[in-house]
Parts: sequence; C-alpha cells; structure tokens
Amino acid sequence: MVDPNQNGTTDAEIRRLRWQCRRGMLELDHLLMPFLDQGYRHLDPRRRAEFVTLLAQQDQDLSDWFMSRCVHEDPRLHDLIRHIVAVVAAQQS
Amino acid sequence: MSIPTRHFDALIIGAGGAGLNAALQLASADVHVAVVSKVFPTRSHTVAAQGGVNAALANVLPDNWHWHMFDTVKGSDYLGDQDAIEFMCREAIPTVYELEHAGVPFSRLDNGKIYQRPFGGQSQDFGGDQAARTCAAADRTGHAILHTLYQQNIRARTHFFDEFFALDLVRDKEGAICGALVLEIETGEPILIEATAILLATGGCGQIFRTTSNAHINTGDGCAMTLRAGVPLMDMEFYQFHPTGIAGKGMLITEGVRGEGGFLVNKDGERFMERYAPRAKDLASRDVVARSIVTEVKEGRGAGENGDYIYLKLEHLGANVIEKRLPGIRESSRIFAGADPVSQPIPVFPTAHYQMGGIPTDRFGRVVIPAKYGAEEAVAGLYAAGECACASVHGANRLGGNSLLDILVFGRLAGKDIIEYVRTNHSRRETDPVSLEQAMARLTRWDHTGEGVPAHQLRAAFRKCMEDHAGVFRTEEVMAEGYKKLGELRECFKDARLGDQSKVFNTARIEALELENLIDVGLAVAVSALHRKESRGAHSRPDYPKRDDVNWMKHSLYYRDGDRIDYKPVRTKPLTVESFPPKERTY
Repeated sequence: MVDPNQNGTTDAEIRRLRWQCRRGMLELDHLLMPFLDQGYRHLDPRRRAEFVTLLAQQDQDLSDWFMSRCVHEDPRLHDLIRHIVAVVAAQQS
Repeated sequence: MSIPTRHFDALIIGAGGAGLNAALQLASADVHVAVVSKVFPTRSHTVAAQGGVNAALANVLPDNWHWHMFDTVKGSDYLGDQDAIEFMCREAIPTVYELEHAGVPFSRLDNGKIYQRPFGGQSQDFGGDQAARTCAAADRTGHAILHTLYQQNIRARTHFFDEFFALDLVRDKEGAICGALVLEIETGEPILIEATAILLATGGCGQIFRTTSNAHINTGDGCAMTLRAGVPLMDMEFYQFHPTGIAGKGMLITEGVRGEGGFLVNKDGERFMERYAPRAKDLASRDVVARSIVTEVKEGRGAGENGDYIYLKLEHLGANVIEKRLPGIRESSRIFAGADPVSQPIPVFPTAHYQMGGIPTDRFGRVVIPAKYGAEEAVAGLYAAGECACASVHGANRLGGNSLLDILVFGRLAGKDIIEYVRTNHSRRETDPVSLEQAMARLTRWDHTGEGVPAHQLRAAFRKCMEDHAGVFRTEEVMAEGYKKLGELRECFKDARLGDQSKVFNTARIEALELENLIDVGLAVAVSALHRKESRGAHSRPDYPKRDDVNWMKHSLYYRDGDRIDYKPVRTKPLTVESFPPKERTY
C-alpha cells in the first residue's frame, strides 16, 4: 500500500485516483492499480500530473498503448506508459 | 431517516451496452431516465468485447435469421428457450442497422455494406457450410458501440449518476419495487432514487472466481440485489471458462497459440494432453483442455511455488514466429506473467469468462418469477438486460458473437417495453421506510469497529474456494465439500470488518459491499452446479458425463432463502417456426 504522506502525496489524492484506476478491461486494472500502489509515490509532481492525464484517456486507447499495439504521440506520456509497464512487469519477475 | 431523494420515470443501473441502449430508447422518447454507474460509463466492461455482433445480414455469404437461430439453439445444447432465440435472431438485423445509423463505425466491404467475419459455431443451411455472420468495428467493436451509445445518450439528455454504487432495491408499502438506494462514491453519502421502472444492467460476475478475464468491476451486483429482493437466479451453473488464462491473473491466452503449435506441459515437462485426448491433444475442446489442466494441478503435477498452474510452451516456435503471429500474447505474458514466451513458458490456468445464467426475464426484458397460478408472472416495474440477465438465449453455452448481440437486442427491447410501462403506470410510489432501513443496513454495518475478519482476506478466500470447488472440475465430492466451505465463509462474512470507516472515496468500503454480492452470487453458482446431475454445455461433470434430456432438460432457479433450488421447463416452441428437437452436438 502507498504511504499517504510520502513525497507530498495526500491520502485524498490517492483515494480519488484509486477509483479512477478501476477500468473496463482486466489488463488495465492489473496495470494501473499496482502502479498506483508501487510507482506513483516515486513520481515527481509533473509526472503525477501526467498520470492523471493518462487516467482520463479511453480504455481502448490505453490498452493499445500499454500492449504496444501503437505509440502515444506525446513522448512524455509514452515514456510514462513504458515506465508503468516496467514497474508492473518487474513485480512479476 | 432523511436521505436525499430523486424521482425519475425510469432508473437504469449499469452503463454497459445493455443499459445505454435501453437508456437511449427511453431518452429519445422523452422519458425521464437516469443511469447509475459505479465507474464512468465508457469504462464499463462492454469496452473489452473485441469480437463483434452476430446478425444474418448476408453481406458476405448467404444467410438468414433461421440459420442463426439453429446455430444458437444447437450451441445452447438445447437448453435455450427457442421463442427467445428466434426473437433475438430476428431482432439482430434491425438492431445492427439502428447502431449503424447511430454512428457505430462498422468495418466495411468494398461495396459499402457492413463487413461480416466467420466465427466458430456459425453455419449456413442448418449445419452446412461455414457462415459469415459477425459484424465488427475492426478489433474494437465493444469500444465503438459503447462510445456511440454514450454520445447519443448525452445528446438525448439522459441523466447520468457517474461513480454511484447501487446498494439495494427498495419497495413501497405494498411490496412493489419502486427504486434503489445508491451511494455516491466520492462523498460516501447515500441517495434514494425512486422510479416507476427499474432496469438492472450490471454485467457479469466473473470476479466470483480467483482467475477470471472479467474486469474488477464485474461483481454480480444486479444479480445479488435481485436475490436479496427474493427473486431467483436462473441457470447459474452454466459458466463459460476459457482453458488458458494467465495464472493468478486471468487474461485470455487465445486458442490460436495452441493452433500455432504451442503445447501444455506439467511441472515435470510432460505433454499431459496426450493422456487425456490422444488424438486432438492440445487442440481438444475447451472443456476437455480446461478439466485436464485442473486435474494435473489437483493431482500434484502443477508448477510453481504452490503447484497451482501448468505451463504453455512456445519457445520451440522461435522468436520470429512469436513476434510475427502472436505479438499481443508475448506482450501480455511479459507484463503480467513476467515470462517472455520466446525463452520461457507461460504459466496458465482456466479463466472464468462468461455467465450464461442470470436474472430470469422474458423476451421484453421483464423480470419473471414462477406464478402461484400459471407458468410465470412479471415482477411489476422490474427489468433486466445484458450479461446479468437470462432471457435464455445462451442456454448451457454461448456462441461467439452472441454476447454483444444479447445485450444490444434485449437492452433495446427492454427500453421500448419500459416506455409503454411508464406511460400506463403514472402514480408515484413512495418507499417504505422499513425497506429503506434494510437497504441502509447494508451500508451502516461497515461502520462497526472491533474484532473481525478483514474483508479483503475473506474476498480472496471466497474466490479461491469458488475456483477450487465450483470451477471447471465438478464432481459431487468436490462440489459438496465446496458448498460446506462456502457456507462457512458466508458465516464469516457476518464478522467481516473494515479498518477504515471514512466516507470520501473509501474504495475498501465499496469492495466490501461488492464482497457481499460476490458471496450471494457465488453461492447461486455453486448450489445450482451441485444439483445438476448431468453434463450439458459449459457444465461438465465427470461423474455424470452424458447429457440427460429425460431428467434435466429444464432450467434451474436458485433462491437465496435457504439455498433453495426449483426448476422450470425449457420453452421449446419458437414463435413462428418449427422446434429444433434435441440432438447430439457435433461440429
């Protein structure tokens, strides 16, 4: 679980984001929720804002980006997507 | 008890394809309609449906609805109601055209007509050559349909309660269902929504099993609310499993992997399918492969630390073949199993995929129960559509391309029926305070502090027990033991506690509320499966390996009160054509 007080992340922020991580596709559930728990607190404020931007995207698009069927046109969001995949995949190894 | 109250003509709980299609019919007819969804509507599980929608448009090959009907009756292993199936196959055609006109970007042929792809189980001329019946929007059909319907609902001014969780149905003093108590997830505060008609469209319940392809939102909420309202669930023993999901996670690994030459091995490296299916081996039917995998695990030949999965090997295919033909599988395995199939086997286990049973309805989406006199009667003002409902078009097994069809046809027709219902039932019904208190008790019980079982632990234990005892391996011994254990877990639930009693975005509280739904619906599956002593469609029992049309061609009805089972006959008479009598299924 996330330590709510670490790196300026508030409990309210995490609670709100956790429900945004509930999606229509199992793959997204298994990427976004674990990342919120394991990776989000290590992001700087700019990247946290990018994560929030990502959560506002459509499920099918997210799935395509995460599963490498296509590349996000914004290089910063593309980097964040690959970072999320790397963090989650590392937990499986 | 003072709770904010809203009034609508119609209330729809669930915002997937069924709920949104119904809402669109209603809003377009100027009916005051509200949709409650626990996630933002376009995050509903319909978005994950990639395959397509069956409709006999005959754009690619000759086709007609009667052939579609034959395939669906046969696919149901003759447990589907033939009047409902005829109705669905006829209505498929206008339903698809209506979606086309609403803006769904279906893939096209060069002549401009909707493209149709062939799928398993489709035939021309009652079992003849392969048919091509599935309309798709590339590989994102569910996404395209969901977004189109959502946008059209916004245009039609449907009222959305986004991120609201439905707690329970409520009744008036005469006992008629008149609304639902819902919880605003952001604030943790309840709201009472009263309506003349209520449609449950909450989707499937795959999360009752540990390993499932369903998203986390699929917790059987509508089915559980129905059970608590005293309405039985129908044919819940029929649950479709896919033999190969990523172990412990559930993501589907398509059969195409074994078609390309991938094979299964146990912890000793043995190709065990040679023992179970000497001819077909790894390409045996889904239920045979799934049961073989579980047998290996049960007999101690499973791999991994807990010996609870087997391996799917692809290394011998080589990196080029895997990258070229199975790129999605490689990525999935790398991310979710931590195994690159180029050099490592994929850990797999059967994954729960689709619920054939559900809330019993007629072909207009009206919830029906056994009547005191006569066959059955509608529950006034209560409707259900989509995967949570059972209009009995899938029977014991569902054909590919018929799930999106089911939600769209019956969502549409339920919407049309509700329009008539609300126009002829004007009087507003007020909620009985006793009923409201009962619904509120579901919520306030989680305010209790003190000693108890952590709700999340109980959730994990229950899902594992369902997988072990009501999954693909169903013998009397395994299921009877499972029923006992599940009953004990249900008792434990009374002492379940939350560590956090706060209100704002308390997702642990929502998950605890979902746990109650999982337990209610899981027991419906387990008890129904225990009672059906035959093998039919997706319900496969090694101790009763044959289909038994003499004793078991009937629908199960599970009541929560006392875990009671009742039965009702299959409707074998179609609306306008001759019946298809039961035959042995061969493909």
